[in-house]
Amino acid sequence: MSFIRKPKIVYKGQRTNALGLTRRDYEGGMSTLCAGCGHDSITTALVQAFFELDIEPHKVAKLSGIGCSSKTPAYFLDSAHGINAVHGRMPAVATGANAAARDLYYIGVSGDGDSLSIGLGQFAHAMRRNLQMLYVIENNGVYGLTKGQFSASADIGSKAKKGEVNEQRPIDPVKAALALGGSFVARAFSGDKEQLVPLLKAGIKHNGFAMIDVLSPCVTFNDHEDSTKSYAHTRQFYHPAVHADFIPPAQPIEAGGDEGGVLRVNLHDGSQLLLRKVAPDYDPHSRAGAYSYLDECEKRGEIVTGLLYIEEDRASMHEISQTAKQSLRDLEYDKLNPGAETLKALQSRYR
Amino acid sequence: MSDEAQSRVNDFVVKLANVNGTGSASANSLFMKSIFRMGIPVMGKNYFPSNIQGLPTWYEVRVTRDGHTARSGNVDLMVAMNAQTYREDLAEVSPGGYLLYDSTWPRSRDLVRDDVTVLGVPLSGLCNEHFDGARARILMKNVCYVGALAALLDIDLDVIRALLEQTFASKKSLVAFNLSAIQLGYDYARENFDCPLPLRVEAMDQTAGKVMIDGNTAAALGCLYAGATVGAWYPITPSTSLMDAFKAFCHRYRVDPDTGERNFCIVQAEDELAAIGMVLGAGWNGARAFTPTSGPGISLMNEFIGFGYFAEIPAVLFDVQRVGPSTGMPTRTQQCDLLACAYASHGDTRHVLLFPSDPAECFETAVQAFDLAERLQTPVFVLSDLDIGMNDWMVPELAWDESYRPDRGKVLDAGQLEQAKEFYRYRDVDGDGICYRSLPGVHPKGAYFLRGSGHNERAEYTEDAGEYQALVDRLQRKWDTAKSMVPEPAISDSGNQLAIISLGSCDGAVREATEQLGRRGVALDYMRIKAFPFGSAVQEFIDRHERLFVVEQNRDAQLRTLLVNELEPDMTKLVPLLHYSGLPIDSRFIIEGIEAFIAKGVAA
Ligand SMILES: Cc1ncc(C[n+]2csc(CCOP(=O)(O)OP(=O)(O)O)c2C)c(N)n1
Ligand code: SF4
Ligand SMILES: [Mg+2]
Repeated sequence: MSFIRKPKIVYKGQRTNALGLTRRDYEGGMSTLCAGCGHDSITTALVQAFFELDIEPHKVAKLSGIGCSSKTPAYFLDSAHGINAVHGRMPAVATGANAAARDLYYIGVSGDGDSLSIGLGQFAHAMRRNLQMLYVIENNGVYGLTKGQFSASADIGSKAKKGEVNEQRPIDPVKAALALGGSFVARAFSGDKEQLVPLLKAGIKHNGFAMIDVLSPCVTFNDHEDSTKSYAHTRQFYHPAVHADFIPPAQPIEAGGDEGGVLRVNLHDGSQLLLRKVAPDYDPHSRAGAYSYLDECEKRGEIVTGLLYIEEDRASMHEISQTAKQSLRDLEYDKLNPGAETLKALQSRYR
Repeated sequence: MSDEAQSRVNDFVVKLANVNGTGSASANSLFMKSIFRMGIPVMGKNYFPSNIQGLPTWYEVRVTRDGHTARSGNVDLMVAMNAQTYREDLAEVSPGGYLLYDSTWPRSRDLVRDDVTVLGVPLSGLCNEHFDGARARILMKNVCYVGALAALLDIDLDVIRALLEQTFASKKSLVAFNLSAIQLGYDYARENFDCPLPLRVEAMDQTAGKVMIDGNTAAALGCLYAGATVGAWYPITPSTSLMDAFKAFCHRYRVDPDTGERNFCIVQAEDELAAIGMVLGAGWNGARAFTPTSGPGISLMNEFIGFGYFAEIPAVLFDVQRVGPSTGMPTRTQQCDLLACAYASHGDTRHVLLFPSDPAECFETAVQAFDLAERLQTPVFVLSDLDIGMNDWMVPELAWDESYRPDRGKVLDAGQLEQAKEFYRYRDVDGDGICYRSLPGVHPKGAYFLRGSGHNERAEYTEDAGEYQALVDRLQRKWDTAKSMVPEPAISDSGNQLAIISLGSCDGAVREATEQLGRRGVALDYMRIKAFPFGSAVQEFIDRHERLFVVEQNRDAQLRTLLVNELEPDMTKLVPLLHYSGLPIDSRFIIEGIEAFIAKGVAA
């Protein structure tokens, strides 16, 4: 099997964005995932989000671990560099990449196996550092690429294709992110682009680690009856708590604040988020509130989605480290090397 | 003065046995530095436990007018400050030697030996009388024995005073405090013993232009001067002080005075898996990045190291080797990661290794490592060890060549990418196995999606048998190119039949051993390997000699194994000479090993 290049078809009247680019300019190679795989819908949503944000595709760096989900960066933004790292270790690569060049957009795509089992430590620590990146977990409750074993996000009582029932408590990336101090915590469903695209945009623009857990059914190994990560189950129990609208900086912006179920949140680059709350007294600025709301809904079997928690002004990794504004890789060598005289002088204490 | 006595001036070994956590380290370094300041070459080695307080620790100072850099294997004067180890400390003293102990309490029965002169100084008693507070008394006891040693060995008190004034420049009161402890010991020794002893110092002029620096500090300076901007690490002895030093230098020399912005980013990672991942991420993105670690860290990094090799990302790893695995002897030195690093990871992988032999070479090698990593687009390992990394060595002052510019290797800029018809990340355009790379964010034409093993010349996904094989064959071509890029071995060849092959921190002991054996009629040539892969010079040196002793510090003859595996030597010619006690190798070990081998040959 090999890489399949998508033909570029240009037709008249094609919609372009502010950069004069078409949606096609944000696409990548042909997907080799199973037809109907939730991951492909997320890819489409990402294409739309970047297109609509007018981001130059090559100013994005795509990163992933290993899994069906982690293959997807090959299917969007083919004029962006990408790195398909090793299983569960993408957050470290993203940290180093971002350390070197802070002027790019970073997007990481991971799976529930990649982030919640082998990579749980790195996932937690990237969040702890508040590394500036969009981090998407394409969550299907199984290891797709190794053919259907339960992952750590499988719910109690969920049945595998071959009949085995999961008895272990799931690790919920949303709850984990709340507990670990995540500054942008959201959940979405690959089948609801209306909700997903604005969340992705907000995540791309968030000044810190934006974690979006996207329920993304695996049609081949986890879409049967008695699976709690199937399309049918997700559709039935899916409960949007907060709907986010993304307003780019160019548009007129009103002052932030809460006005009768609509919360305005100002992002760093001047864009704004309009959070429409389906549950009227939900407060996306309260970590504890978010946690207990999730708990309550969980008891009723509901899957809470939306932008569940946001902290816009938490310092990001570079702010904490006071790193130079200019990307480190672009610094002139003269700025880095203290010179021969200094070397001579500093050695006086070794005499 | 008799010849015998004259022969010991500026040529003896003092070993100080202490309890760790009692502040002995600074007293011992004061002792060593005062001799260095008198212009006399010294060597210092610290043997410390993996513990914070209460276990035995030793410091060995060799006063060596001939400028030897290794241990001799003898001890002429033992300062026995630890009753737990009296017995072994006394046993270690060479016949005719001395032992100084704290005679505040009755002399232990362990301290009796006919051929050793035992000198009692009531250190605790003196300090208890003179100083208040338990901590001050413990600390000053150490300074007090430095005073006694100054009298016994004839060390210049003015030099000690100057050192203390420099050390406590910001806390003047401590100078007088320490000096009074020095004086206590000094006066007691003068009044009670025949000072100086036949072992003594006499000012020389052999340390001008020299510094005493440890390898980790020097390597950190190398990283600073090479222009490294990203460092990621997880603390592990004996590599921790490398990042500590880098951080300190960066805070001094890399912070913009106007804005306070930092022209570096150091990340303390959650573990070594993450540390190497960060280094690869930064290298992929075009920054010079490194991670210091030791054997256990290398083990954890293995998957990523192979990824770096196949994806062809520059990275610099410092492996400051220690005894492994796990804990037990983590604070002892060894050269035990050669094989683990040379072939680290899964799949067909091989890595460039550099072997500095002292702190000065740590500095140079660090800079070379960054250039090589970028020229070859691959992870490069600098293998030092605890002995080089953490002990202060006397080396020529480090110098910087202002004309140096980082060699970034084959990187296409935006203009070149714009001009290019198409970009092939993994095409061997120049025939040297090294391809042109592009950095993220520079130009849309440079974009590619990077993966471990399955990629074709355009960096596209492939599982095609031919394309995979072409890739690994090209990596082999790159490996052959590396042979001509890495440092050549240091060879001294006078056409002898016998020779030594060695590397890294064995160098001082080997050079001393060849000198002494030469005087005894055993003439030896010497090749010090400075890098892996081995170039043709290594094969030729082996071919030219009849018998070669491969001297290294591990049990399994790892250097010899590498030579046998990578070259085509007559294996029977390569005689392993292995030192693996966890202590730095000494010249006596080599001399005795070679003499025993020769004697056996004569007897057979
Ligand atoms: C170190 C290592 N161990 C195991 C594997 C095998 N492996 C590949 S993908 C995968 C699980 C992926 O699951 P997930 O992240 O949920 O992705 P999905 O395929 O479900 O999208 C495993 C275990 C590997 N590639 N590397
Ligand atoms: S196995 Fe599952 S996760 Fe993988 S591509 Fe197929 S549907 Fe998607
Ligand atoms: Mg999965």
